[in-house]
Amino acid sequence: MIEVRWHGRGGQGAVTSVELLAVSAIAAGKYAQGFPSFGPERRGAPVAAFTRIDDKKINVRSGIYEPDVVLVLDSSLIGLVNVIDGLKPGGKVIVNTHKTPEEIRKDLNFNGSVATVDGTGIARKEMGVPIANTTMIGALLKVTGIMGLDAMKESVEHRFGRIAQKNLNAMKRAYDEIKIIN
Amino acid sequence: MGKRVGLEVTVAVAEAVALCRIDMAGVYPITPQSHIAEHLSTLVADGKLDAEFVTVESEHSAMSAVIGASGAGARSYTATSSQGLMLMHELLPIASAMRLPITMAIANRAVSGPLNILNDHSDIMPQRDAGWIVVFAENGQEAIDLSIQAFKIAEHKDVMLPVSVNIDGFQLTHMVEPVEMPTQEEVDQFLPPFVPHATLHPARPVTMGAFAMSDYFTEIMKAKDEAVKNSKKVILDVWDEWAKIFDRSYKPVETYQADDADFLILTMGSMGETAQLAIDELRVKGVKAGLVKLRLWRPFPFAEIKAAVKNAKKLIVTDRAVSFGGPGGPVFSEIKSALYAETRRPAIYNYIYGLGGRDVTVHDFVGMFEKIIADTGNVAADTYEFWGVRE
Repeated sequence: MIEVRWHGRGGQGAVTSVELLAVSAIAAGKYAQGFPSFGPERRGAPVAAFTRIDDKKINVRSGIYEPDVVLVLDSSLIGLVNVIDGLKPGGKVIVNTHKTPEEIRKDLNFNGSVATVDGTGIARKEMGVPIANTTMIGALLKVTGIMGLDAMKESVEHRFGRIAQKNLNAMKRAYDEIKIIN
Repeated sequence: MGKRVGLEVTVAVAEAVALCRIDMAGVYPITPQSHIAEHLSTLVADGKLDAEFVTVESEHSAMSAVIGASGAGARSYTATSSQGLMLMHELLPIASAMRLPITMAIANRAVSGPLNILNDHSDIMPQRDAGWIVVFAENGQEAIDLSIQAFKIAEHKDVMLPVSVNIDGFQLTHMVEPVEMPTQEEVDQFLPPFVPHATLHPARPVTMGAFAMSDYFTEIMKAKDEAVKNSKKVILDVWDEWAKIFDRSYKPVETYQADDADFLILTMGSMGETAQLAIDELRVKGVKAGLVKLRLWRPFPFAEIKAAVKNAKKLIVTDRAVSFGGPGGPVFSEIKSALYAETRRPAIYNYIYGLGGRDVTVHDFVGMFEKIIADTGNVAADTYEFWGVRE
Protein backbone atom coordinates (compact mmCIF):
# COMPACT_ATOMS: atom_id res chain seq x y z
CA MET A 1 0.00 0.00 0.00
CA ILE A 2 1.16 3.50 -0.74
CA GLU A 3 -0.01 6.38 1.45
CA VAL A 4 0.26 9.97 0.23
CA ARG A 5 -0.29 13.17 2.18
CA TRP A 6 -1.01 16.33 0.23
CA HIS A 7 -0.31 19.76 1.68
CA GLY A 8 -1.96 22.80 0.20
CA ARG A 9 -4.04 25.80 1.07
CA GLY A 10 -7.82 25.84 1.07
CA GLY A 11 -8.93 26.54 -2.51
CA GLN A 12 -5.87 25.09 -4.25
CA GLY A 13 -7.66 21.87 -5.09
CA ALA A 14 -5.90 19.26 -2.98
CA VAL A 15 -9.24 17.53 -2.33
CA THR A 16 -10.07 17.49 -6.04
CA SER A 17 -6.70 15.90 -6.75
CA VAL A 18 -7.07 13.12 -4.18
CA GLU A 19 -10.54 12.41 -5.51
CA LEU A 20 -9.37 12.27 -9.15
CA LEU A 21 -6.45 10.06 -8.22
CA ALA A 22 -8.60 7.64 -6.21
CA VAL A 23 -11.29 7.44 -8.89
CA SER A 24 -8.66 6.80 -11.58
CA ALA A 25 -6.83 4.17 -9.54
CA ILE A 26 -10.10 2.34 -8.87
CA ALA A 27 -11.02 2.53 -12.57
CA ALA A 28 -7.60 1.00 -13.29
CA GLY A 29 -8.54 -1.98 -11.12
CA LYS A 30 -6.80 -0.93 -7.94
CA TYR A 31 -8.22 -0.19 -4.50
CA ALA A 32 -8.00 3.36 -3.24
CA GLN A 33 -9.21 5.89 -0.71
CA GLY A 34 -9.19 9.64 -1.23
CA PHE A 35 -10.19 11.87 1.65
CA PRO A 36 -9.76 15.40 2.98
CA SER A 37 -8.42 16.29 6.39
CA PHE A 38 -11.72 16.14 8.21
CA GLY A 39 -13.08 19.38 9.46
CA PRO A 40 -13.91 22.94 8.49
CA GLU A 41 -11.63 24.34 5.81
CA ARG A 42 -11.02 27.98 4.96
CA ARG A 43 -9.71 29.44 1.74
CA GLY A 44 -6.00 30.17 2.09
CA ALA A 45 -5.49 28.24 5.32
CA PRO A 46 -3.12 25.25 5.36
CA VAL A 47 -4.99 22.02 4.59
CA ALA A 48 -4.08 18.41 4.03
CA ALA A 49 -5.66 15.66 1.96
CA PHE A 50 -4.85 11.98 1.70
CA THR A 51 -4.63 9.12 -0.76
CA ARG A 52 -4.23 5.40 -0.12
CA ILE A 53 -3.69 3.06 -3.07
CA ASP A 54 -3.24 -0.70 -2.93
CA ASP A 55 -3.68 -3.80 -5.07
CA LYS A 56 -5.94 -5.37 -2.44
CA LYS A 57 -8.94 -4.18 -0.42
CA ILE A 58 -8.05 -1.43 2.04
CA ASN A 59 -9.51 -1.92 5.50
CA VAL A 60 -7.84 0.79 7.55
CA ARG A 61 -10.01 3.86 8.13
CA SER A 62 -7.86 5.91 10.47
CA GLY A 63 -5.84 8.93 9.37
CA ILE A 64 -2.44 8.73 7.67
CA TYR A 65 0.37 9.53 10.10
CA GLU A 66 3.35 7.88 8.40
CA PRO A 67 3.01 8.62 4.68
CA ASP A 68 5.23 7.10 2.00
CA VAL A 69 5.04 10.28 -0.03
CA VAL A 70 4.36 13.91 0.80
CA LEU A 71 3.25 16.27 -1.94
CA VAL A 72 3.43 20.00 -1.29
CA LEU A 73 1.17 22.04 -3.58
CA ASP A 74 2.26 25.37 -2.11
CA SER A 75 5.92 25.83 -1.21
CA SER A 76 5.09 28.79 1.05
CA LEU A 77 3.91 26.16 3.54
CA ILE A 78 7.49 24.96 4.06
CA GLY A 79 8.62 26.40 7.36
CA LEU A 80 5.01 27.01 8.36
CA VAL A 81 3.87 23.38 8.45
CA ASN A 82 6.20 20.46 9.16
CA VAL A 83 5.50 18.81 5.83
CA ILE A 84 7.85 15.88 6.46
CA ASP A 85 6.22 15.02 9.80
CA GLY A 86 5.98 11.23 10.16
CA LEU A 87 7.40 10.56 6.68
CA LYS A 88 8.46 6.91 6.51
CA PRO A 89 12.18 6.15 6.31
CA GLY A 90 12.93 6.17 2.59
CA GLY A 91 9.87 8.33 2.01
CA LYS A 92 9.69 10.87 -0.79
CA VAL A 93 8.92 14.58 -0.90
CA ILE A 94 7.47 16.28 -3.97
CA VAL A 95 7.23 20.07 -4.05
CA ASN A 96 5.60 22.45 -6.47
CA THR A 97 8.34 25.08 -6.72
CA HIS A 98 10.75 26.73 -9.13
CA LYS A 99 13.58 25.76 -6.74
CA THR A 100 15.86 22.78 -7.30
CA PRO A 101 15.54 19.59 -5.25
CA GLU A 102 18.88 20.46 -3.59
CA GLU A 103 17.53 23.82 -2.42
CA ILE A 104 14.37 22.19 -1.03
CA ARG A 105 16.48 19.61 0.77
CA LYS A 106 18.27 22.44 2.48
CA ASP A 107 15.01 24.27 3.26
CA LEU A 108 13.56 21.13 4.81
CA ASN A 109 16.79 20.03 6.51
CA PHE A 110 16.06 16.64 4.94
CA ASN A 111 18.43 14.27 3.18
CA GLY A 112 15.98 11.84 1.56
CA SER A 113 14.42 11.75 -1.87
CA VAL A 114 13.18 15.12 -3.11
CA ALA A 115 11.53 15.99 -6.40
CA THR A 116 10.61 19.46 -7.62
CA VAL A 117 8.76 20.91 -10.56
CA ASP A 118 7.38 24.38 -11.24
CA GLY A 119 3.76 23.17 -11.32
CA THR A 120 2.33 26.66 -10.98
CA GLY A 121 4.41 27.89 -13.93
CA ILE A 122 3.27 24.92 -16.03
CA ALA A 123 -0.37 25.41 -15.03
CA ARG A 124 -0.17 29.08 -15.95
CA LYS A 125 1.30 28.29 -19.38
CA GLU A 126 -0.94 25.31 -20.20
CA MET A 127 -4.21 26.39 -18.62
CA GLY A 128 -3.84 30.10 -18.01
CA VAL A 129 -4.44 29.73 -14.28
CA PRO A 130 -1.96 29.39 -11.41
CA ILE A 131 -3.70 26.33 -9.97
CA ALA A 132 -1.37 23.35 -9.96
CA ASN A 133 -3.43 20.62 -8.31
CA THR A 134 -4.02 18.51 -11.42
CA THR A 135 -0.59 19.37 -12.83
CA MET A 136 1.07 17.92 -9.75
CA ILE A 137 -0.71 14.58 -10.21
CA GLY A 138 1.70 14.14 -13.13
CA ALA A 139 4.61 14.72 -10.76
CA LEU A 140 3.25 12.20 -8.27
CA LEU A 141 2.74 9.52 -10.92
CA LYS A 142 6.30 9.98 -12.19
CA VAL A 143 7.86 9.77 -8.72
CA THR A 144 5.76 6.84 -7.45
CA GLY A 145 5.04 4.88 -10.63
CA ILE A 146 1.62 4.00 -9.17
CA MET A 147 0.17 3.99 -12.66
CA GLY A 148 0.62 5.64 -16.04
CA LEU A 149 -0.67 9.07 -17.05
CA ASP A 150 -3.25 7.39 -19.33
CA ALA A 151 -5.08 6.16 -16.25
CA MET A 152 -6.03 9.77 -15.42
CA LYS A 153 -7.66 10.51 -18.78
CA GLU A 154 -11.18 9.30 -18.11
CA SER A 155 -11.66 10.89 -14.69
CA VAL A 156 -10.14 14.21 -15.80
CA GLU A 157 -12.40 14.29 -18.87
CA HIS A 158 -15.41 13.47 -16.74
CA ARG A 159 -14.55 16.18 -14.26
CA PHE A 160 -13.34 18.99 -16.52
CA GLY A 161 -15.11 18.46 -19.84
CA ARG A 162 -13.82 20.89 -22.46
CA ILE A 163 -10.83 22.01 -20.39
CA ALA A 164 -9.79 18.43 -19.64
CA GLN A 165 -7.11 18.29 -22.34
CA LYS A 166 -5.35 21.35 -20.93
CA ASN A 167 -5.22 19.66 -17.53
CA LEU A 168 -3.87 16.49 -19.10
CA ASN A 169 -1.24 18.46 -21.02
CA ALA A 170 -0.12 20.18 -17.82
CA MET A 171 0.01 16.84 -16.03
CA LYS A 172 2.20 15.42 -18.79
CA ARG A 173 4.59 18.37 -18.64
CA ALA A 174 5.01 17.97 -14.88
CA TYR A 175 5.59 14.25 -15.46
CA ASP A 176 8.30 15.02 -18.02
CA GLU A 177 9.93 18.04 -16.35
CA ILE A 178 10.16 16.97 -12.72
CA LYS A 179 13.68 16.84 -11.28
CA ILE A 180 14.37 14.07 -8.77
CA ILE A 181 17.30 13.45 -6.40
CA ASN A 182 17.38 10.31 -4.30
CA MET B 1 -23.76 -6.68 -11.32
CA GLY B 2 -22.64 -3.09 -11.45
CA LYS B 3 -19.06 -2.17 -12.16
CA ARG B 4 -16.67 -1.28 -9.34
CA VAL B 5 -16.21 2.50 -9.40
CA GLY B 6 -14.64 5.14 -7.19
CA LEU B 7 -17.25 7.44 -5.69
CA GLU B 8 -17.57 9.64 -2.66
CA VAL B 9 -19.82 7.67 -0.33
CA THR B 10 -22.49 10.39 0.03
CA VAL B 11 -22.75 10.68 -3.75
CA ALA B 12 -22.98 6.90 -4.00
CA VAL B 13 -25.79 6.88 -1.41
CA ALA B 14 -27.72 9.56 -3.32
CA GLU B 15 -27.29 7.56 -6.55
CA ALA B 16 -28.53 4.42 -4.76
CA VAL B 17 -31.57 6.27 -3.43
CA ALA B 18 -32.31 7.52 -6.95
CA LEU B 19 -32.18 3.90 -8.18
CA CYS B 20 -34.97 3.23 -5.67
CA ARG B 21 -37.17 5.58 -7.71
CA ILE B 22 -38.20 7.69 -4.73
CA ASP B 23 -41.21 9.93 -5.26
CA MET B 24 -40.15 12.58 -2.81
CA ALA B 25 -37.15 13.83 -0.86
CA GLY B 26 -37.36 16.43 1.87
CA VAL B 27 -33.83 17.22 2.95
CA TYR B 28 -32.14 20.10 4.72
CA PRO B 29 -28.36 20.15 4.18
CA ILE B 30 -26.06 19.79 7.18
CA THR B 31 -22.43 18.72 7.39
CA PRO B 32 -21.45 15.91 6.86
CA GLN B 33 -24.69 14.88 5.15
CA SER B 34 -24.85 17.84 2.73
CA HIS B 35 -23.56 16.04 -0.35
CA ILE B 36 -26.52 13.64 -0.18
CA ALA B 37 -28.92 16.59 -0.30
CA GLU B 38 -26.90 18.33 -3.02
CA HIS B 39 -26.55 15.29 -5.24
CA LEU B 40 -30.20 14.28 -4.94
CA SER B 41 -31.35 17.79 -5.80
CA THR B 42 -28.97 17.79 -8.78
CA LEU B 43 -30.40 14.50 -10.03
CA VAL B 44 -33.92 15.92 -9.77
CA ALA B 45 -32.95 19.23 -11.40
CA ASP B 46 -31.19 17.42 -14.25
CA GLY B 47 -34.29 15.36 -14.92
CA LYS B 48 -32.52 12.11 -14.02
CA LEU B 49 -34.77 11.44 -11.05
CA ASP B 50 -38.52 11.91 -11.35
CA ALA B 51 -39.19 13.01 -7.78
CA GLU B 52 -40.33 16.02 -5.83
CA PHE B 53 -37.37 17.59 -4.03
CA VAL B 54 -38.81 19.74 -1.25
CA THR B 55 -36.41 22.46 -0.13
CA VAL B 56 -37.51 22.69 3.46
CA GLU B 57 -36.39 25.42 5.86
CA SER B 58 -35.28 23.14 8.70
CA GLU B 59 -34.92 19.50 9.66
CA HIS B 60 -38.14 19.70 11.66
CA SER B 61 -39.83 20.65 8.41
CA ALA B 62 -37.91 17.96 6.51
CA MET B 63 -39.29 15.23 8.74
CA SER B 64 -42.76 16.82 8.73
CA ALA B 65 -42.70 16.93 4.93
CA VAL B 66 -41.67 13.30 4.53
CA ILE B 67 -44.32 12.24 7.06
CA GLY B 68 -46.96 14.03 4.99
CA ALA B 69 -45.65 12.71 1.70
CA SER B 70 -45.36 9.16 3.01
CA GLY B 71 -48.91 9.42 4.35
CA ALA B 72 -50.04 10.44 0.89
CA GLY B 73 -48.44 7.29 -0.50
CA ALA B 74 -45.13 8.62 -1.79
CA ARG B 75 -41.86 6.73 -1.40
CA SER B 76 -40.17 9.34 0.79
CA TYR B 77 -36.60 9.95 1.80
CA THR B 78 -34.64 12.27 4.00
CA ALA B 79 -31.13 12.54 5.42
CA THR B 80 -29.57 14.47 8.25
CA SER B 81 -26.87 14.66 10.92
CA SER B 82 -26.35 15.71 14.51
CA GLN B 83 -28.27 18.90 15.37
CA GLY B 84 -30.56 18.26 12.43
CA LEU B 85 -31.52 14.91 13.88
CA MET B 86 -32.01 16.50 17.29
CA LEU B 87 -34.39 18.98 15.70
CA MET B 88 -36.28 16.10 14.06
CA HIS B 89 -36.48 14.20 17.32
CA GLU B 90 -40.00 15.35 18.18
CA LEU B 91 -41.33 13.85 14.96
CA LEU B 92 -39.50 10.53 14.91
CA PRO B 93 -41.91 8.65 17.20
CA ILE B 94 -44.83 10.13 15.25
CA ALA B 95 -43.48 8.66 11.99
CA SER B 96 -43.23 5.22 13.57
CA ALA B 97 -46.58 5.48 15.36
CA MET B 98 -48.20 6.35 12.04
CA ARG B 99 -46.43 3.29 10.59
CA LEU B 100 -44.92 5.29 7.76
CA PRO B 101 -42.16 3.55 5.80
CA ILE B 102 -39.76 6.50 5.59
CA THR B 103 -36.09 5.92 4.89
CA MET B 104 -33.52 8.28 6.38
CA ALA B 105 -29.74 8.40 6.14
CA ILE B 106 -27.97 9.70 9.22
CA ALA B 107 -24.43 10.90 8.53
CA ASN B 108 -23.43 10.44 12.14
CA ARG B 109 -21.88 13.46 13.76
CA ALA B 110 -21.26 14.59 17.33
CA VAL B 111 -23.97 16.63 18.97
CA SER B 112 -23.08 20.10 20.28
CA GLY B 113 -21.75 21.40 22.62
CA PRO B 114 -19.12 22.31 22.15
CA LEU B 115 -19.83 22.67 18.45
CA ASN B 116 -18.18 19.85 16.54
CA ILE B 117 -18.88 18.58 13.04
CA LEU B 118 -16.99 15.29 13.21
CA ASN B 119 -18.07 11.74 13.74
CA ASP B 120 -19.43 9.87 16.73
CA HIS B 121 -22.79 8.30 17.61
CA SER B 122 -24.14 10.91 20.01
CA ASP B 123 -26.80 11.92 17.47
CA ILE B 124 -28.40 8.52 16.91
CA MET B 125 -28.23 7.26 20.50
CA PRO B 126 -30.84 9.71 21.88
CA GLN B 127 -33.22 8.44 19.14
CA ARG B 128 -33.02 4.87 20.40
CA ASP B 129 -36.62 4.66 21.59
CA ALA B 130 -38.30 6.40 18.67
CA GLY B 131 -39.63 3.13 17.28
CA TRP B 132 -37.46 3.16 14.16
CA ILE B 133 -35.47 0.32 12.68
CA VAL B 134 -31.80 1.30 13.02
CA VAL B 135 -28.89 -0.13 11.03
CA PHE B 136 -25.21 0.85 10.85
CA ALA B 137 -22.99 0.78 7.76
CA GLU B 138 -19.36 -0.25 8.01
CA ASN B 139 -18.14 0.96 4.63
CA GLY B 140 -19.35 2.69 1.47
CA GLN B 141 -20.71 -0.50 -0.06
CA GLU B 142 -22.81 -1.19 2.99
CA ALA B 143 -24.08 2.40 3.00
CA ILE B 144 -25.39 1.85 -0.54
CA ASP B 145 -26.77 -1.63 0.05
CA LEU B 146 -28.46 -0.79 3.36
CA SER B 147 -30.04 2.33 1.81
CA ILE B 148 -31.68 0.26 -0.93
CA GLN B 149 -32.67 -2.55 1.44
CA ALA B 150 -34.20 0.02 3.83
CA PHE B 151 -37.05 0.85 1.44
CA LYS B 152 -37.94 -2.81 1.00
CA ILE B 153 -37.86 -3.50 4.73
CA ALA B 154 -39.77 -0.34 5.66
CA GLU B 155 -42.51 -0.85 3.06
CA HIS B 156 -43.12 -4.55 3.74
CA LYS B 157 -46.72 -5.01 4.90
CA ASP B 158 -45.51 -6.88 8.00
CA VAL B 159 -43.23 -3.97 8.96
CA MET B 160 -44.50 -0.53 7.90
CA LEU B 161 -41.95 1.31 10.00
CA PRO B 162 -39.36 3.99 9.28
CA VAL B 163 -35.71 2.94 8.92
CA SER B 164 -32.55 4.94 9.62
CA VAL B 165 -29.31 3.98 7.90
CA ASN B 166 -26.37 5.23 9.95
CA ILE B 167 -23.27 6.22 8.01
CA ASP B 168 -20.33 7.56 10.02
CA GLY B 169 -19.67 11.19 9.13
CA PHE B 170 -16.41 11.91 7.28
CA GLN B 171 -14.88 8.46 7.96
CA LEU B 172 -17.48 7.14 5.51
CA THR B 173 -19.36 10.09 4.06
CA HIS B 174 -16.35 11.98 2.73
CA MET B 175 -14.36 8.99 1.55
CA VAL B 176 -13.83 8.32 -2.15
CA GLU B 177 -13.62 4.55 -2.27
CA PRO B 178 -14.47 1.59 -4.51
CA VAL B 179 -18.14 0.64 -4.60
CA GLU B 180 -20.25 -1.60 -6.80
CA MET B 181 -23.30 0.34 -7.82
CA PRO B 182 -26.24 -1.95 -8.60
CA THR B 183 -27.88 -1.42 -11.96
CA GLN B 184 -31.38 0.03 -12.35
CA GLU B 185 -32.61 -3.37 -13.57
CA GLU B 186 -31.26 -5.11 -10.48
CA VAL B 187 -32.83 -2.59 -8.12
CA ASP B 188 -36.14 -2.76 -10.00
CA GLN B 189 -36.06 -6.53 -9.67
CA PHE B 190 -35.32 -6.30 -5.94
CA LEU B 191 -37.57 -3.40 -5.00
CA PRO B 192 -41.14 -3.37 -6.31
CA PRO B 193 -43.12 -0.12 -6.46
CA PHE B 194 -44.44 1.11 -3.12
CA VAL B 195 -48.02 0.00 -2.44
CA PRO B 196 -49.16 1.91 0.65
CA HIS B 197 -51.58 0.34 3.11
CA ALA B 198 -53.64 3.54 3.23
CA THR B 199 -53.19 6.98 1.76
CA LEU B 200 -54.31 10.48 2.56
CA HIS B 201 -56.60 11.60 -0.21
CA PRO B 202 -59.45 14.13 -0.20
CA ALA B 203 -61.71 11.72 -2.06
CA ARG B 204 -61.06 8.86 0.35
CA PRO B 205 -60.85 10.42 3.81
CA VAL B 206 -58.92 8.55 6.50
CA THR B 207 -57.41 9.68 9.78
CA MET B 208 -53.70 9.18 10.46
CA GLY B 209 -51.88 10.09 13.65
CA ALA B 210 -55.08 10.40 15.63
CA PHE B 211 -55.63 11.31 19.28
CA ALA B 212 -55.53 8.58 21.93
CA MET B 213 -55.92 8.96 25.67
CA SER B 214 -55.39 6.44 28.44
CA ASP B 215 -58.05 4.17 27.00
CA TYR B 216 -55.93 3.20 23.98
CA PHE B 217 -52.44 4.64 24.40
CA THR B 218 -50.93 1.61 26.14
CA GLU B 219 -52.29 -0.74 23.49
CA ILE B 220 -50.83 1.42 20.74
CA MET B 221 -47.40 1.41 22.43
CA LYS B 222 -47.55 -2.39 22.78
CA ALA B 223 -48.52 -2.67 19.12
CA LYS B 224 -45.55 -0.52 18.10
CA ASP B 225 -43.19 -2.61 20.21
CA GLU B 226 -44.50 -5.78 18.59
CA ALA B 227 -44.13 -4.20 15.16
CA VAL B 228 -40.46 -3.33 15.76
CA LYS B 229 -39.72 -6.79 17.17
CA ASN B 230 -41.57 -8.52 14.33
CA SER B 231 -39.67 -6.53 11.72
CA LYS B 232 -36.64 -8.72 12.34
CA LYS B 233 -38.05 -11.64 10.37
CA VAL B 234 -38.56 -9.40 7.33
CA ILE B 235 -35.10 -7.85 7.77
CA LEU B 236 -33.53 -11.33 7.70
CA ASP B 237 -35.61 -12.31 4.65
CA VAL B 238 -34.67 -9.15 2.79
CA TRP B 239 -30.98 -9.71 3.58
CA ASP B 240 -31.23 -13.30 2.33
CA GLU B 241 -32.81 -12.12 -0.88
CA TRP B 242 -30.11 -9.45 -1.25
CA ALA B 243 -27.38 -12.06 -0.86
CA LYS B 244 -28.94 -14.16 -3.63
CA ILE B 245 -29.15 -11.26 -6.08
CA PHE B 246 -26.00 -9.32 -5.22
CA ASP B 247 -23.80 -11.95 -3.57
CA ARG B 248 -23.17 -9.76 -0.52
CA SER B 249 -24.54 -11.13 2.72
CA TYR B 250 -25.87 -9.14 5.66
CA LYS B 251 -26.49 -10.33 9.19
CA PRO B 252 -27.67 -8.55 12.35
CA VAL B 253 -24.34 -9.46 13.98
CA GLU B 254 -21.19 -10.16 11.97
CA THR B 255 -18.16 -11.88 13.43
CA TYR B 256 -14.50 -12.09 12.46
CA GLN B 257 -12.21 -14.70 13.98
CA ALA B 258 -14.69 -14.95 16.85
CA ASP B 259 -15.43 -18.68 16.99
CA ASP B 260 -12.37 -19.71 19.01
CA ALA B 261 -11.59 -16.26 20.47
CA ASP B 262 -10.85 -15.83 24.16
CA PHE B 263 -11.02 -12.06 23.83
CA LEU B 264 -13.59 -10.21 21.76
CA ILE B 265 -14.22 -6.63 20.82
CA LEU B 266 -17.58 -5.28 19.68
CA THR B 267 -17.86 -2.34 17.28
CA MET B 268 -20.63 -0.54 15.39
CA GLY B 269 -20.22 1.34 12.13
CA SER B 270 -16.97 2.31 10.42
CA MET B 271 -14.64 1.14 13.21
CA GLY B 272 -15.11 -2.51 12.26
CA GLU B 273 -12.60 -2.70 9.43
CA THR B 274 -9.82 -0.97 11.35
CA ALA B 275 -10.50 -3.27 14.32
CA GLN B 276 -10.23 -6.24 11.96
CA LEU B 277 -6.61 -5.26 11.21
CA ALA B 278 -5.89 -5.26 14.96
CA ILE B 279 -7.32 -8.79 15.21
CA ASP B 280 -4.99 -9.90 12.40
CA GLU B 281 -2.03 -8.35 14.21
CA LEU B 282 -2.94 -10.00 17.53
CA ARG B 283 -3.52 -13.39 15.92
CA VAL B 284 -0.01 -13.27 14.46
CA LYS B 285 1.25 -12.80 18.02
CA GLY B 286 -0.76 -15.83 19.13
CA VAL B 287 -3.50 -13.89 20.95
CA LYS B 288 -6.90 -15.44 20.37
CA ALA B 289 -8.66 -12.19 19.58
CA GLY B 290 -11.88 -11.80 17.65
CA LEU B 291 -14.36 -9.20 16.50
CA VAL B 292 -18.13 -8.84 16.79
CA LYS B 293 -19.81 -6.19 14.65
CA LEU B 294 -23.29 -5.06 15.57
CA ARG B 295 -25.12 -3.97 12.42
CA LEU B 296 -28.73 -4.05 13.62
CA TRP B 297 -29.32 -1.77 16.59
CA ARG B 298 -33.14 -1.86 16.52
CA PRO B 299 -34.69 -4.37 16.75
CA PHE B 300 -31.86 -5.52 19.00
CA PRO B 301 -30.54 -8.95 17.96
CA PHE B 302 -30.48 -10.68 21.36
CA ALA B 303 -30.04 -14.27 20.17
CA GLU B 304 -27.24 -13.42 17.74
CA ILE B 305 -25.31 -11.42 20.34
CA LYS B 306 -25.59 -14.21 22.92
CA ALA B 307 -24.37 -16.75 20.38
CA ALA B 308 -21.47 -14.58 19.23
CA VAL B 309 -19.95 -14.00 22.68
CA LYS B 310 -20.81 -17.16 24.58
CA ASN B 311 -17.39 -18.80 24.43
CA ALA B 312 -15.27 -15.73 25.12
CA LYS B 313 -13.53 -15.03 28.41
CA LYS B 314 -13.56 -11.27 28.00
CA LEU B 315 -15.49 -8.88 25.82
CA ILE B 316 -14.71 -5.24 25.07
CA VAL B 317 -17.78 -3.23 24.12
CA THR B 318 -16.89 0.01 22.40
CA ASP B 319 -19.10 3.07 22.46
CA ARG B 320 -19.12 6.30 20.42
CA ALA B 321 -21.46 8.12 22.80
CA VAL B 322 -21.72 8.86 26.52
CA SER B 323 -24.60 8.29 28.91
CA PHE B 324 -23.61 10.98 31.40
CA GLY B 325 -23.87 9.73 34.94
CA GLY B 326 -25.19 6.44 33.62
CA PRO B 327 -24.01 2.83 33.61
CA GLY B 328 -21.49 3.25 30.77
CA GLY B 329 -21.92 3.77 27.05
CA PRO B 330 -25.33 2.97 25.55
CA VAL B 331 -24.11 -0.07 23.61
CA PHE B 332 -22.34 -1.41 26.70
CA SER B 333 -25.43 -1.17 28.89
CA GLU B 334 -27.56 -2.91 26.26
CA ILE B 335 -25.07 -5.74 25.80
CA LYS B 336 -24.73 -6.20 29.55
CA SER B 337 -28.48 -6.24 29.89
CA ALA B 338 -28.81 -8.75 27.04
CA LEU B 339 -26.34 -11.11 28.75
CA TYR B 340 -27.59 -10.61 32.32
CA ALA B 341 -29.45 -13.92 32.60
CA GLU B 342 -26.77 -15.99 30.86
CA THR B 343 -25.10 -18.48 33.16
CA ARG B 344 -21.97 -18.30 31.06
CA ARG B 345 -20.92 -14.84 29.94
CA PRO B 346 -17.64 -13.02 29.40
CA ALA B 347 -16.29 -10.31 31.67
CA ILE B 348 -17.38 -7.12 29.90
CA TYR B 349 -15.26 -3.98 29.56
CA ASN B 350 -16.38 -0.69 28.07
CA TYR B 351 -14.20 1.77 26.18
CA ILE B 352 -15.79 5.01 25.03
CA TYR B 353 -13.77 6.29 22.09
CA GLY B 354 -13.74 8.18 18.82
CA LEU B 355 -15.76 11.07 20.26
CA GLY B 356 -16.13 14.19 18.12
CA GLY B 357 -13.89 12.74 15.42
CA ARG B 358 -10.99 11.62 17.65
CA ASP B 359 -9.11 9.23 15.37
CA VAL B 360 -8.87 5.57 16.34
CA THR B 361 -6.00 3.53 14.93
CA VAL B 362 -5.14 -0.15 14.76
CA HIS B 363 -2.71 0.61 17.59
CA ASP B 364 -5.60 1.79 19.80
CA PHE B 365 -7.50 -1.45 19.30
CA VAL B 366 -4.41 -3.53 20.06
CA GLY B 367 -3.93 -1.43 23.20
CA MET B 368 -7.47 -2.19 24.36
CA PHE B 369 -6.88 -5.93 24.07
CA GLU B 370 -3.55 -5.66 25.87
CA LYS B 371 -5.21 -3.77 28.69
CA ILE B 372 -8.01 -6.27 29.33
CA ILE B 373 -5.65 -9.23 29.03
CA ALA B 374 -3.40 -7.63 31.67
CA ASP B 375 -6.41 -7.24 33.99
CA THR B 376 -6.13 -10.82 35.26
CA GLY B 377 -8.44 -10.25 38.24
CA ASN B 378 -11.16 -8.68 36.06
CA VAL B 379 -10.96 -5.63 38.32
CA ALA B 380 -12.01 -3.24 35.57
CA ALA B 381 -14.82 -5.46 34.26
CA ASP B 382 -18.28 -3.88 34.31
CA THR B 383 -16.77 -0.40 34.37
CA TYR B 384 -16.30 2.12 31.59
CA GLU B 385 -13.33 4.21 30.55
CA PHE B 386 -12.81 7.10 28.11
CA TRP B 387 -10.13 5.58 25.91
CA GLY B 388 -7.12 7.83 25.42
CA VAL B 389 -8.57 10.74 27.42
CA ARG B 390 -6.08 13.39 28.62
CA GLU B 391 -6.50 14.16 32.30
